[in-house]
Amino acid sequence: MTNMRALYQEVILDHNKKPRNFGKLEDANRFAVGDNPLCGDNYTVYAVVGDDGVIEETAFDGTGCAISKAAASMMTVRIKGKTLEEAEVMVEEFRRLMTGKLDPDDDHHLGHLTVFEGVSQLPQRVKCAVLPFHTLHAALEGKEEVSTEGQDDPLG
Amino acid sequence: MEMPTRNKQRINRSRRSWEQIRKEFPVLSQSVNDHPLAYLDNAASSQMPQQVVDKLVWYHTGNHSNVHRGVHTLSQRATDAYDGARKRVAEFINAPHERECIFVRGTTEGINLVAHGFGHKFVGEGDTIVVSALEHHSNIVPWQMLCEQKGANLEVIPMNDAGELVLDELDEMLDDSVKLVGVNHVSNALGTVNPVEEIIERAHSRDIPVLVDGAQAIPHMPVDVQQLGADFYVFSGHKMCGPTGIGVLWGRSELLEEMDPYQGGGDMILSVTWEGSKYNDVPHKFEAGTPSIAAAVALGEAVDYLDEIGMERIAEREAELLEMATERIEELGGVRPVGTAEHKASVLSFMIEGVHPHDVGTILDSEGVAIRAGHHCAQPVMDRLGIAATARASLAFYNNERDIDRLVAGIYSVKEIFGV
Repeated sequence: MTNMRALYQEVILDHNKKPRNFGKLEDANRFAVGDNPLCGDNYTVYAVVGDDGVIEETAFDGTGCAISKAAASMMTVRIKGKTLEEAEVMVEEFRRLMTGKLDPDDDHHLGHLTVFEGVSQLPQRVKCAVLPFHTLHAALEGKEEVSTEGQDDPLG
Repeated sequence: MEMPTRNKQRINRSRRSWEQIRKEFPVLSQSVNDHPLAYLDNAASSQMPQQVVDKLVWYHTGNHSNVHRGVHTLSQRATDAYDGARKRVAEFINAPHERECIFVRGTTEGINLVAHGFGHKFVGEGDTIVVSALEHHSNIVPWQMLCEQKGANLEVIPMNDAGELVLDELDEMLDDSVKLVGVNHVSNALGTVNPVEEIIERAHSRDIPVLVDGAQAIPHMPVDVQQLGADFYVFSGHKMCGPTGIGVLWGRSELLEEMDPYQGGGDMILSVTWEGSKYNDVPHKFEAGTPSIAAAVALGEAVDYLDEIGMERIAEREAELLEMATERIEELGGVRPVGTAEHKASVLSFMIEGVHPHDVGTILDSEGVAIRAGHHCAQPVMDRLGIAATARASLAFYNNERDIDRLVAGIYSVKEIFGV
C-alpha cells in the first residue's frame, strides 16, 4: 500500500476531488475532445489564446479516473499565462516523464506536475495521465478530436 | 504413449474438496505485488488446471502433427485427439450430433461465422436482427456490420435498472421482418442470467432462430442445448479452464447445412478445380485451414475436468461465493453493486462512491487482487445505466472465502486512500 500512497498523493487526490478550471469555457478559441477508448476516459480541453500567442484562459470538463482528472486540473493551472510554445514544451516534457525518459531532478518546466512520476511505473495507467496533455496538444494544433489509440497514439 | 482423451480413465472429483481443487491450478499459488494472488477476473479469462496444461504438453511433446490428411502415425494421433475433443464438447452440451460442433477461435469468431454464413444468405434489405440490451460488443458489432451491408435493422430488447431484460414488448418486436434473435445467456458486465428459454420459445413460435452467446454461462452452469432449444450456442474455451484461441459454435444441422462457408481454404473442400470447388460437409465446411489443434485437444481436457467436478456442484459453489461476496460488499458503506438481477451468475460489478473504477483496479492490483475495471466491452449496458465503467469481480469455483476477504480489504484500502 506504500506505493499506492506514493501514486495517489494528497495533491492528486485534492485535484481529483476539487478539480480547478473545471467546466466549459464559452469563449474558447481552441478546444479538443480527447478520448481513451480502452477505458472510457473522455475530456474536453478549452483555451483562449490571445493574438500574442499567450494562453489567457483554459479549462476542461469530462469524466475519467483520479489520475486523468487531477492531471487535467493541474495542467490547466500550470499552462495559464504561458505561450503556445511553452505549453508545447510542457506537453512533450510530461510525455517524457510518463515514459521514464525525463528525470524530475533535471531541468524542466513541469513544476508540481512531477507528482505524477509514479504513474510511469504503471504502464496500464500512463495514458490516463497523458490524455489531458494529448488533448491540449490537439486543441493548440486546431484538431478538435483526438484519441489515445490508433494513429493518434501519443506513445506510439 | 498416452492414448487420446476418449479412452482415458475419468477421475472422480465430485468429492474432492474445493481447497484440493484450488491447488490444481498452478497459477493461483503465486504472489503478485508481494501479496498472494486473489484472481477475481474469471469473466475475462479463467485459469487452467494442471491437467489441461499437461494436455498441451502431451500434445506438443509427442503427438503434434496436422489433422485429417496424413497417413502417418502422428497425424492419426493428432486427428484422433482433435476429433475426440469435438466428441467430448458435444457430450458436454448434449449436442444431438458431434458434427454440429464447429471449432472456432472463440465466441467472437463463432458469432461472426453465423453473421456471415447465415446473415449473408438469409438477411436482406428491410429485415431485422434482434439482440438484447445486455450484449457484449461481440454480439452487437457483427450484426451492425451485417445490417449496414444489407440495409437491415438492428433492434434491441430493453433492460431495466436492475439489469434484467424486459420482455413485455418482445412479441410485438418479433414480426415477420425478424430473421434472427441474438442474446447472451449470462451478461458479462452484470452477471444477469437471461430468460433464454422464454425468448427462444417466443421466437420459435414465429419460426425465428435464436443464437445464444454462452461465453459467460458455460463455465458456471450445466448447459443442455437440446433442453434450451437454441439454434446456435457459442462459447470460448479460455473462459472454461481451457486455453485461448479455441471456442465452439454449436448449430442445428439443418441451419449449418444451408449456411454458406465462412472462410475458404484447405480442409473445408471435397475437391477443387479451376471451374469451382465442392465444399466439405459440416463441420469441416466451416473449419478452413489448419485448426488450433492443441487448443482444441486441451479444451476437450478442460471439459473432462469440469465434468469430473460436476457442473451442478460448480454452480452451487459459485452461487454460495457470489452471495457471500455480494453481502460483504453491501455491508460496506459507499459501495453500490451494479446489476441486481434476481438471477445472477459469477459476476459482481460495483461502484465505490467518489472513486473511479480504474483507480479501484489499480489499488486492488497493488494488493494482489485482480479484478476488471472498465466498460467490459458492453458500452451500451454502461450507457443505459448512465455510468462509464464499473469495477467487476468475477468468481470461479476455485475462488474461496479468503479471496473475498482480500477483495473487501482492498476496497477498505481504496476508501482509506481516497478518504471516502
